[in-house]
Amino acid sequence: MPAAIEIRDVHKRFGELQALAGIDLEVPEGEFFGLLGPNGAGKTTLISVLAGLVRADRGSARVMAHDVRADYRAARRSLGVVPQELVFDPFFTVRETLDIQSGYFGLRDNRAWIDEVMHNLDLTSKADVNMRALSGGMKRRVLVAQALVHKPPVIVLDEPTAGVDVELRQALWRFIRRLNQDGHTIVLTTHYLEEAEALCARIAMLKQGRLVALDSTANLLKRVHHLFLRVRLRGELPGELRPLEHGGAEDAHVLRLKTYDDVEHALAAIRRSGGHIEEMELVQPDLEDAFVDVMRRS
Amino acid sequence: MSGFPTLFYKEVLRFWKVSTQTIGAPVLTASLFLFVFGHVMEGRVRVYQNVPYTAFLVPGLVMMSLLQNAFANSSSSLIQSKITGNIIFVLLPPLSYTEFFAAYVLAAVVRGMVVGAAVMLVTLPFVDMEFRHPQWILAFAFCGSAVLGALGMMAGIWAEKIDQVASFQNFLIMPLTFLSGVFYSIHSLPAFWQHLSHFNPFFYVIDGFRYGFFGVSDIDPLRSLAVVAAFLAAVSGLTLAVLRSGYKLRH
Repeated sequence: MPAAIEIRDVHKRFGELQALAGIDLEVPEGEFFGLLGPNGAGKTTLISVLAGLVRADRGSARVMAHDVRADYRAARRSLGVVPQELVFDPFFTVRETLDIQSGYFGLRDNRAWIDEVMHNLDLTSKADVNMRALSGGMKRRVLVAQALVHKPPVIVLDEPTAGVDVELRQALWRFIRRLNQDGHTIVLTTHYLEEAEALCARIAMLKQGRLVALDSTANLLKRVHHLFLRVRLRGELPGELRPLEHGGAEDAHVLRLKTYDDVEHALAAIRRSGGHIEEMELVQPDLEDAFVDVMRRS
Repeated sequence: MSGFPTLFYKEVLRFWKVSTQTIGAPVLTASLFLFVFGHVMEGRVRVYQNVPYTAFLVPGLVMMSLLQNAFANSSSSLIQSKITGNIIFVLLPPLSYTEFFAAYVLAAVVRGMVVGAAVMLVTLPFVDMEFRHPQWILAFAFCGSAVLGALGMMAGIWAEKIDQVASFQNFLIMPLTFLSGVFYSIHSLPAFWQHLSHFNPFFYVIDGFRYGFFGVSDIDPLRSLAVVAAFLAAVSGLTLAVLRSGYKLRH
């Protein structure tokens, strides 16, 4: 499958800060890809290099095989970016904003697609409302719509659900999933790791401008060699299990175990101490555990 | 198709939507200048034979309003977009830096021309104006507003705060327009200041523009147009080079 995004040895420095220190990355066409990392890891800088907002000091970036510098017109036509900041132009209504954004891409008769995008993002009733009068969530929807007006084959969403309500989040993901099923490549950055786990087939993790993990979501989860046993006890947790304790709430204890065999040992220890288990649950590690693990090791 | 027509349309729509502020206010200011100065100076000063002072003043005021508003259009649009962050909407699409330049400068020309025409219309009932050479009027109006549109772009790109644009306007544009012969002919100045005025490009814009109305000027209009066109080429070249480099727009 040809690459929708191809990043080769990209470096970027802002003064003393090495924002990107040699990133190599390929995202095949049609993939739902996650780009994760703590604040300041370089995710937004990498997206900005792809979008032509930031010029790399070294290396190259391509979108649908178009170099973002040498063939910038084709590269930008192939890319839709939902920016992280909640920005808008206060002079215009929602429809004007989308018509204008569409016109920037040279599209004139684009009303049918704009109507469809507005419908899917539940913006139709706000079409003639000025941007200033919209709530934060509605402004976020318009930002998503703006990124989609030119039907780009590659869509980058930079923390699109930061500070938005559950309803929008669900509507947004339904729509983005549909676009992905229709063949659009999706790149997502988010701090909500459960979203990335549920949506992304493959994930890259960045730390201090370097790629520290790149694998399928399933493989990243497999890399976490532990599981959690959550127990609610009548009585005290035996002393020998205290070193395994990994958080917990009220009367419940969460134990971090290496293998399933350790479950048997933990239960035996509780029995020996005369404790009584009122509730018990085995919890598989999630992407958050994988993320913490990768960040700690790298 | 190119995104240029849409960016141009957006820039025009932007000032049109707030026309009370962008057209009405400068027309009122220019009218006040005309009525106060015209009333006080009429009969006391005669710059050209057969041209009353109020009539002499009108082209100067029209051009001053035109220049200041052309500058305000591109500079305020860019600085506001940079501060609010919505500049990203014009940086993400496949617009070339020449399209970017042309759209902002032409919208500034439209704003300058609209304000200039409105000032002219408001003053017409009170002043007997001549329009001897309309082609010179249009040529200087276009070049003057294009120069200030490009300068406004430079200010908007360079500035990081609104007060930096205001400084550019108050300490450079305003003195240069005021000292360019809006209210007087440079022949009424002492020799030193007359000589100095020849280094002010705005002087040639206003002098040539005035020639279009009365058929008389301090300088040959062809020479004025050559100076203004050269200045426009220099400012445009510099602005295009800045845009091409991505200075303060693309890191």
